[in-house]
Amino acid sequence: MRRLKATIIACLLVLVPVLTLAQEDDQVMKARGGKFALTNAKIYTVTNGIIENGTIIINNGIIEAVGADVNIPADAEVFDYNGKEIYPGMIDSGTTLGLAEISSIAEANDFREFGNLTPQMQALTAVNPNGVAIPVTRVSGVTTVWTMPRGGVLPGTAASINLFGYTPDQMYAGSKGIVMNFPSTAGGRRYRRLSAEEKEKRRKKALKTINDAWDKAELYLELENSDELRNYPEIEALVPVVKGEMVLFLEANAAKDIINAIEWVQERGYEKVVLTGVSEGWRVADEIAESGFPVITGPVQAIPTRQSDRFDAAYANPGVLQKAGVKVALRTMDAENVRNLPYHAGFAAAYGMGREEALKAITINAAEILGVSDQIGSIEVGKKANIFVATGDPFETSTKITDLFIDGFKVPMTSRQIRLYDEFLNRNPSLDKKKGGIDIKKK
Amino acid sequence: MKTRYILFSLLFLLCAISYGQVKKGDVLIKNGTVITITGGTLENTDVLVRDGKITRIGKGLRTPRGVEEVDATGLFVMPGIIDAHSHIAGSAINEGTSQVTSEVSMEDVVNPLDVSIYRALAGGVTSIHLMHGSANVIGGQNETMKLRYGTTNPDDLRFEGAPRTIKFALGENPTRGGRSRGIQPQSRMGVENMIRNSFTEALAYQKKWKAYEADKSARKVKPEYDLRMQTLVDILEGDIIVHCHSYRADEIYMLLKVFADFKIPTLCFQHANEAYKVAPELAEFGATASVFADWWAYKLEVYYSTAYNAAILTENGVLTSINSDSGELIRHLFHEAAKTQKYGDLTDDEALALITLNPAKQLGIDKRVGSIEVGKDGDIAIFKGHPLSIYAIPQMTFVDGTKYFDISEDKADQRIYINPESSIEDVILFEEHDTHQCMDGASMATFGSFLFNNHFNNHKH
Repeated sequence: MRRLKATIIACLLVLVPVLTLAQEDDQVMKARGGKFALTNAKIYTVTNGIIENGTIIINNGIIEAVGADVNIPADAEVFDYNGKEIYPGMIDSGTTLGLAEISSIAEANDFREFGNLTPQMQALTAVNPNGVAIPVTRVSGVTTVWTMPRGGVLPGTAASINLFGYTPDQMYAGSKGIVMNFPSTAGGRRYRRLSAEEKEKRRKKALKTINDAWDKAELYLELENSDELRNYPEIEALVPVVKGEMVLFLEANAAKDIINAIEWVQERGYEKVVLTGVSEGWRVADEIAESGFPVITGPVQAIPTRQSDRFDAAYANPGVLQKAGVKVALRTMDAENVRNLPYHAGFAAAYGMGREEALKAITINAAEILGVSDQIGSIEVGKKANIFVATGDPFETSTKITDLFIDGFKVPMTSRQIRLYDEFLNRNPSLDKKKGGIDIKKK
Repeated sequence: MKTRYILFSLLFLLCAISYGQVKKGDVLIKNGTVITITGGTLENTDVLVRDGKITRIGKGLRTPRGVEEVDATGLFVMPGIIDAHSHIAGSAINEGTSQVTSEVSMEDVVNPLDVSIYRALAGGVTSIHLMHGSANVIGGQNETMKLRYGTTNPDDLRFEGAPRTIKFALGENPTRGGRSRGIQPQSRMGVENMIRNSFTEALAYQKKWKAYEADKSARKVKPEYDLRMQTLVDILEGDIIVHCHSYRADEIYMLLKVFADFKIPTLCFQHANEAYKVAPELAEFGATASVFADWWAYKLEVYYSTAYNAAILTENGVLTSINSDSGELIRHLFHEAAKTQKYGDLTDDEALALITLNPAKQLGIDKRVGSIEVGKDGDIAIFKGHPLSIYAIPQMTFVDGTKYFDISEDKADQRIYINPESSIEDVILFEEHDTHQCMDGASMATFGSFLFNNHFNNHKH
């Protein structure tokens, strides 16, 4: 009898915390910082190989120690990952995440400003830290994105952001760059409807616009210390590129445009340049390699640019570029489905790039190209703790991400999509027979 | 009179000849890992296709004389993928001139020259449901097709014997059309009203004809034939399966009630991003859903989506498929299906059924395709790597036992028709939202500037 009582009490003791947890179901889960030890995991450092059974110490947001033989500080909270895999957070090098909430509603989109020449527009300003897509993205292991203004010739200044924080500045990952759409001979479906003459007219006009703008920027630099300079924000925004202090992200996709863009920028003498888009890079991979400019390309899951192209041209493009000696990072060019970045990388891996290079393309290469590799992109001592824990290869579709650290914070693995799953998998009430409603059994 | 008979016979002969042109092949696929969907996964197994039909499945089958052998050692053999929502190979998508256009059919706009067909084959797809768009409440009839690429005859692509289907549409797309033209419907109330009205009118039409058929005395005047009404009658009589574009749970629930009232037993919801919210009701009705793996947030009515939709529906007993609605996504539906193992815990067979047997059932063609079984059509895809793996690469695709894609023989340019007027080929940049084609045509012609001013031109669902 006494034993039964003891059993009941023991059961209650176990149950009480469980019940309390259930009570807390609808409470907000918050991220927390601190000193963490992540142990017993297979660590993909990216820059220093794989540590089979390793430990990571995170303290005050920074990776303090990594290795197979790491002493766990007594005051650290320990997470035993039991053989799971740890990776540096994935980086998407081209998105409108944070700027676009619902794409069909103009009021919910802030990545396109009026005008053709608006390089002073700051993407970081318009990042909504509370966008619903941000948690949806980060729980898939993407911890940093390059979020960029779009449209026009010089649509604005892009910024790297970490996907956790309550203000744009808390999210800011530390780099910015000028976005420029090089005058193009290619376009989307609407563009195709234009006549050849109209396309050429537009291209020439755009070319004149950019040349005028950059001429002015160079002049602006020459007159920098003169008192005569009037306020000219769109030109002033270009000056850091002319000075070589800021990177120019030069978008070109058709083979001809890529070549023209390289020639144009070399003639201008700007040195910090990244080629973006580069859909037809595989046609001119050697020329790109020779320029020495790194490339951000994607989406990988895309239709080839020409009807006559092989079906897998877009899948294979990153691999062709990488093999030609180009440093490649990948992008989804998405907002709500940036979470598919590992699958774009996976397709690139399967169609020629290989897994190791594809992983670099969304971690260390991306960090280097975006100018934040001193902080993120690999698991190294001194870098920021942007880390995720996975049940296996993050490119594999069935792999689940189980834990997430951004800026050293342990970020809860929840999003609206997960909460909807929890609520509706076994809905309660299920069918309300008393209320009548539909009597729709098959006759 | 006699000449008429001769002409008729000639016409019949012509039809017979063109019908006969559909190739039926023979092939023995040897020693693969055969994912049958209905009968488990069989290691080191052969599949024999004779005259377009699967005739034997087993180990160590003898190769009949004259039958080509394909060595599938180390490869995965699965039923050809079926896309229950596609707009590739359609030269027009929307007939947006009225909110009810049940009289039109996609059968008339099949474009066999579209290179997207080949690219879908290169993703293991063998059948598609070419759907009318979603600009109006009751749209046109759809066409179920087999991807027999290489022909210039649209009829060769028809899935002979497939049941008729029709497109309905709820929510933002038809109400947007109503607003831009100042007519009903401009709300979800109006959408319900329009469907109920249409069916009620169809019942009256049906009654008129029944009365006439019952008493064909010379004095009776034959009722006027109306194809639009007759098509609706065919729906009421269960001869046409409705595939309804829908997103929100409330509109899905509304249509269940309407179909219950009109005693229409079969119904498939397309897109159905919020179907998960009314999964018990869908299961109770026996209605099915054909959904995206993870698309959301491209418009308000998909803002409250979850990528767990397909898993929730499946776990609640709702027959579910995953579709593409896109010339891009259709090329990797196997990968889209795999997402249900990330967003949910579906088994391999459950996940693969989402793109094979389940869409076959929704289209009423499951007696013919959707699994590897003796007696079914030889529609087969061969993969290197498990088809649910990110590293899977489709190797060969067969329709009716005839090979239409072989990666080892793939030449880049697969166009059948090259426009002689264009010396320089267009370079078309891929835009994710360009691939959503449901509002194609409607956005350009019918709704014109309204859509342009409102950004909708980029977003076609």
